[in-house]
Amino acid sequence: MTQLMSLDGLTKAYPGVVANDDVSLSIASGEVHALLGENGAGKSTLVKMIYGLVKPDKGRMRMNGADYAPAEPRAARAAGVGMVFQHFSLFDALSVAENIALGMENAPRMRALSARIRAVSETYGLPLSPDRIVGDLSAGERQRVEIIRCLLQEPKLLIMDEPTSVLTPQEVDILFQTLRKLSAEGTAILYISHKLEEIRALCDAATILRGGKVVATCVPSETTARDMAEMMVGSVLKVPTRAGKVPGETVLKLEGLSAPAPNAFGMPLRDIGFDLRSGEVLGIGGVAGNGQDELLAALSGEMTVKPGMIRFQGTDIGALRPTARRALGLLAAPEERLGHAAVPDMTLTENAMLTGAARERLEHHGFLDWDAAKRFANNIIERFDVRTPGPSATARSLSGGNLQKFVIGREVMQRPEVLVVNQPTWGVDASAAAAIRQALLDLAEKGAAVIVISQDLDELMEISDRFAALNEGRLSATMPALGLDVAEIGQMMGGTHGMEVAHV
Amino acid sequence: MIRLEKRPEPSRAFALAAPVLAVVATMIAGGMLFAALGNDPVASIVTIFWEPLFGEFAFYYRPQLLIKGAPLVLIAIGLSLGFKAGIWNIGAEGQYIMGALFGAGVGLAFYPAATWYVFPLMVIAGAAGGWVWAMIPALLKVRFGTNEILVSLMLVYVAEQFLASMSLGLLRNPEGMGFPGSRNLQQYPSAYNADLIAGSGMHWGVVAALVAVIFGYVLLARHRLGFAIRVTGEAPRAARFSGVNPARLILFCLGTSGLLAGLAGLFEVSGPAGQVTIDFNVGYGFTAIIVAFLGRLHPVGILLAGGLMALTYIGGDIASSNLGLPAAAIQVFQGMLLFFLLAFDLFTNFRLRLGRTEAV
Repeated sequence: MTQLMSLDGLTKAYPGVVANDDVSLSIASGEVHALLGENGAGKSTLVKMIYGLVKPDKGRMRMNGADYAPAEPRAARAAGVGMVFQHFSLFDALSVAENIALGMENAPRMRALSARIRAVSETYGLPLSPDRIVGDLSAGERQRVEIIRCLLQEPKLLIMDEPTSVLTPQEVDILFQTLRKLSAEGTAILYISHKLEEIRALCDAATILRGGKVVATCVPSETTARDMAEMMVGSVLKVPTRAGKVPGETVLKLEGLSAPAPNAFGMPLRDIGFDLRSGEVLGIGGVAGNGQDELLAALSGEMTVKPGMIRFQGTDIGALRPTARRALGLLAAPEERLGHAAVPDMTLTENAMLTGAARERLEHHGFLDWDAAKRFANNIIERFDVRTPGPSATARSLSGGNLQKFVIGREVMQRPEVLVVNQPTWGVDASAAAAIRQALLDLAEKGAAVIVISQDLDELMEISDRFAALNEGRLSATMPALGLDVAEIGQMMGGTHGMEVAHV
Repeated sequence: MIRLEKRPEPSRAFALAAPVLAVVATMIAGGMLFAALGNDPVASIVTIFWEPLFGEFAFYYRPQLLIKGAPLVLIAIGLSLGFKAGIWNIGAEGQYIMGALFGAGVGLAFYPAATWYVFPLMVIAGAAGGWVWAMIPALLKVRFGTNEILVSLMLVYVAEQFLASMSLGLLRNPEGMGFPGSRNLQQYPSAYNADLIAGSGMHWGVVAALVAVIFGYVLLARHRLGFAIRVTGEAPRAARFSGVNPARLILFCLGTSGLLAGLAGLFEVSGPAGQVTIDFNVGYGFTAIIVAFLGRLHPVGILLAGGLMALTYIGGDIASSNLGLPAAAIQVFQGMLLFFLLAFDLFTNFRLRLGRTEAV
């Protein structure tokens, strides 16, 4: 394999933090190279430099033996570097072809472009009709739009940022076959992920970053996942522990829960039913956009539902709003931290007030007790090890993991009877994620019932007693989590969403 | 190339400095405008900002400051609550008119009874008038999802027609020899909103404005409703999640702003104006929008901004009568103030970068 790209001593400092410190690595043509590291380890900064979004302070990059210093993404793309971002930049209201045309320098005519999109999608097993409206696509299909957008430029190096976080296991398999085909054709792939088993299955080499520095390199297939995790974290990883426990009485009962989609691109809930008993953790899997947000809204009270659909300790609570449900002991933590679970520009004290007012007695006859709220915020910060200057820091100023610890901590500290969390560890580093999972398990241990909605199957298998999956707004039957295999889970999640294997 | 870069944290210093910078920039640009019109720029600016406060006739102008400032502050406090939550009542002018009509109507209904309770009843009626008028866009929005900006604005013109109709018909002074306009409430002691200290300009409306400032401050800083308003403005989804009922918040914000605008109208018609006339309203309801933003939706800021706005009004009048500045130039001058405030406000959240910078 010939050397395609080499990075030599790349350094990039932001005020107060060195994001990348003397990072070197090299990628050969056709190599699948993993970039591993916790959140904040400097992975994003590094790929942003390669993609021309950020200019390094020091160091140099070479591509095919020549100096490579893209001033902007356009230059990077021209040089043959493509990138699929974790967060898609697509317009819901436009078609696939229109979205792709928007990202191109000299977009061909629509008809020619559609033909090319079809050709590429055929070749790489990414079936996608160019005329479909992006708003109607599943997350997996949206990702295909982004991948095809890159492939149309025939990249020599493809950067993929956490591509599997939105896919079912079957979809992951298909993506991997596509990537292997690309790699066999000589395209190098820089693969960012924290899912270690995937990296072991796919990647030829791995570079591990910690605190902006390269701390190790390894051949993933010859290294255990646990070793890689410990290299990433720099310490021995604490795996959440749980004690087997007999669940108690039914606290929450959903029966025939149906609700129309709250907006044009939402998902209606269709006939969802389950019993939740105290002391158990129910894991709800499924690909993003299959009703997760809507189910959380129906449980938290943001969306009220018809009588008889939701019973909490025997009482019909379908018509109750969030404050009343909280008072009963049904608490929730939504997926989107900024703007939903927390107000970005408000302080942690104010964000503690956001949901804690009633249960923590931060409010007397409508008047708010800010001193008490500050104490409450301080307690959360202390008990959940939230790294922040203090309760008067704004939510926006916290890193994703720390804010998530705060958000989950805020609900856990209020001693819920039932806690519903959506994507509790999304975008959170490994040690914070472990702490959050442990907190959820401890909560169940003390007799609360916990519903964890997540797209991270490993997480769900780790902490759930029972498992169910959302697909198109329907919930599968719940199964004991112990002993479920990946194929069964995949079927529960709705199979492959029409994906097929690459026509190699 | 010049580009704007988002600050990681909003700059506190700039948030405080922006109004001052805006006033200074307005003075400079306004001075240039006045110079272009052939007036001495320095004298014009001094006339507008200095004369009413410390000039030869300040004893006359100072009470005027209170009289002009009070309705602005009273209305702006109400508007700011809605604006903070992203609920846009643009029709305070109409609510102001309806408050005046309801209040004056009650007062005139008792004429010539001389009892103590006439004025309090008028106050209640005035508040109710503004409230009712604001509840129209509020209910339509809650029930049918109509746009409160359009509905409240259009209701201003409806209210103006009411005003014309009332001053020509139902409320016309029977002893007015056919002239349009109601009896003069200044000559009906039970209904007259007189100066509390003679000649000070300190009437009940000024008291109400100060109470509203305190009320607004306590509400926003200490009360659940004020917190709900702030959260809704910052992050509507988080507000819903925390348990804010958006419909109730719309009813509260529009209702309160209408109520305060109605009170402002009542205090004006029963005091400084004295009677219901066709041209009773002079745009306080619209100017209060500027005042609310100039005070950056903060109660104390609004108090200062109301004072500043009143100053430019009175100073502008003096300048146009003494120096012959056209009234339109004064209006442009006032418009500049808002323009510059919004412009400088941008720098609270953004910073200016010269030359190429990398996108992040």
